[in-house]
Amino acid sequence: MSQLLGIPPQALFGQLLLGLINGSFYALLSLGLAVIFGMLNVVNMAHGALYMVGAFVAWLLLSYAGVGYWGALVLAPLVVGAVGLVLERTMLRRLYKVDHLYGLLLTFGLALIFEGAFRHQYGVSGQPYPIPDLLKGGTNLGFMYLPTYRGWVVAASLLVCLGTWFAIERTKLGAYLRAATENPTLVQAFGINVPVMVSLTYGFGVALAGLAGVLAAPIYQVSPLMGSNLIIVVFAVVVIGGMGSILGAIVTGLGLGLLEGLTKVVYPEASNIVVFVIMAVVLMMKPAGLFGRER
Amino acid sequence: MNHYAVTAAVAACLFAQTLSQPVLAQSAAYSDGKIKIGVLTDLSGQLSDSTGQGSIAAAQMAVEDFGGSVNGTPVELIFADHQNKADVGASTARRWYDVDQVDAIIDVPNSAVALAVQQITKEKNRVAIFSSPASSDLTGKACTPNGIHWTYDTYALAHVTGEAVVASGLDSWYFLTSDYAFGHALERDTGAVVESQKGKVVGSVKMPANNADFSSFLLQAQASPAKVVALATAGADTQNAIKQAAEFGLGQSGKNIVALLLAISEVHALGLPATQGIMLTTPFYWDMSDETRAFSKRFFEKRKAMPTFYQAGVYGAVSHYLKAIKAAGTDAAPTVMKTMKETPVNDFMTKNGTVREDGRVLRDMYLFQVKTPAESKAPWDYYKLVRSIPAERAFRPLSESECPLVKKM
Repeated sequence: MSQLLGIPPQALFGQLLLGLINGSFYALLSLGLAVIFGMLNVVNMAHGALYMVGAFVAWLLLSYAGVGYWGALVLAPLVVGAVGLVLERTMLRRLYKVDHLYGLLLTFGLALIFEGAFRHQYGVSGQPYPIPDLLKGGTNLGFMYLPTYRGWVVAASLLVCLGTWFAIERTKLGAYLRAATENPTLVQAFGINVPVMVSLTYGFGVALAGLAGVLAAPIYQVSPLMGSNLIIVVFAVVVIGGMGSILGAIVTGLGLGLLEGLTKVVYPEASNIVVFVIMAVVLMMKPAGLFGRER
Repeated sequence: MNHYAVTAAVAACLFAQTLSQPVLAQSAAYSDGKIKIGVLTDLSGQLSDSTGQGSIAAAQMAVEDFGGSVNGTPVELIFADHQNKADVGASTARRWYDVDQVDAIIDVPNSAVALAVQQITKEKNRVAIFSSPASSDLTGKACTPNGIHWTYDTYALAHVTGEAVVASGLDSWYFLTSDYAFGHALERDTGAVVESQKGKVVGSVKMPANNADFSSFLLQAQASPAKVVALATAGADTQNAIKQAAEFGLGQSGKNIVALLLAISEVHALGLPATQGIMLTTPFYWDMSDETRAFSKRFFEKRKAMPTFYQAGVYGAVSHYLKAIKAAGTDAAPTVMKTMKETPVNDFMTKNGTVREDGRVLRDMYLFQVKTPAESKAPWDYYKLVRSIPAERAFRPLSESECPLVKKM
């Protein structure tokens, strides 16, 4: 069997690997969304904008403070996380008691403001961000040329995803968090400061977006519009995985990346809608998502 | 005291107005006492760096250089964002013509918006000079007696790039094409040129527009035997494709990247390490002559960026329009259009250009290659000239025109 779906198997491996790389971005971003939705019940439309802010913070650090990639990898998520804390404390907090839609509208508005502000300041062409020296070059795997940096992205995001899943599902802190989601009053009665925990959760969720932004900076142009292009797909991933499901977000992110990669070879014209077709099918068969629970 | 001052001021104004009445009456040939030019551009989307505020600045420079008035009638400049939506552009054009008494619309990046404005301009019998859109349909089947296509078009991009690159021995091509009308037209036209020059198109892939990750398509191109990987894309798509082509080492694997539409603002944003060696066609580069350098230096002081060929085109278009209404002594569209077509185009970037009966401006085009970081001696020192192509070889001959205005022999 020299051909698979009309493609030589070697080329297919290459495309699947690329799909995995994109999938790890989806996983990292949808993980942040899932954490925020699961714990706060907020549909965070500002996620894409904060991903963009993460990439811009990395670029600003490099251009104005001389802080390189590795420094940015730590600092940028902290900055974005801090921005998230301020947003949660000053604005989002007021909306927990009302319908989800208000949170969605608020964060959508914030996303537009962030994008508009960066566009006004830096234009739309974007800024170049170099690949760090340590990760330059690539390896010829025989069936494809794999840039070292892309390999690093997969490893880094898988590590972060699994770490987050472990922290929430398998540690005491995670247990508190999950309990606070179910019944905040009771958890508060046990002497745990629930509001602070919720703020930190939001900060952590958007910090993940900031981290994804830094990881993306050397691959894409650092541009004010980079987040809005991605956020819709990431939302579809979260819906397919099941709103609020941590594991669902990770597995679906990677899976859809692979599927999209495959579509890019078989029928490239459809590669930007395949995710949404699947979303529609999943919503019809299993409205809560593949890994979601009915609430 | 104050009361008297106000009264005096009002009286002075009234007096001044009565004095100015006869002057207005004299220049009644210019409708409603002023010449109004509207810059319809992209102020927020993908094209806003290469056109946008820079286009407005270039138009302002042209008006200032002309002295701000024509035969004593003031020239007023207004602008609007069409948001890359044909309906927004069309309704702005209608409002400008009907309510705001705009005499001419300039710029209009985005072919879809331009085609809409072209029809409205004809309906309202005003003037539109398209300096930024690409589609050669504007002077083809969608041509009108009221529209001029100023700077470049898809036909010229395809022909200049196709011929010159094949002539340099790079005869097998692979297209990475944006999956919408613009990309399809560019691939079709360029492919036809490549094949007419005995070159070969070995493959192509249609990519969704506003895609972020091009690695999959780049690998497909890399696996092909083609010597040239041609990008029939625009804006952010071109940028991300170029950046990722560098990442995947397409250059090292012997592929030559040709960008069919690339502005210097995009090269600047990507940096030379990612863009070096790319071949591109453009009607203007800032560092070509003393005149282009002088204009570009002034532009740079305003915008902190060198002008793109679109923005340079806006300056030329506004200047030519003002010269024509001065010579014609009226801003009535039919007379002005006639004068513009009779007058040779001369400005810092154009030498003896002509406006053809179908509205096409004929000008020389240039094939450039992006310099390596070592070759670049200063900021914005980005291009080296490969060859220049005379106007009559760059643009579509009238014999091939689908424009109904062209009288076939």
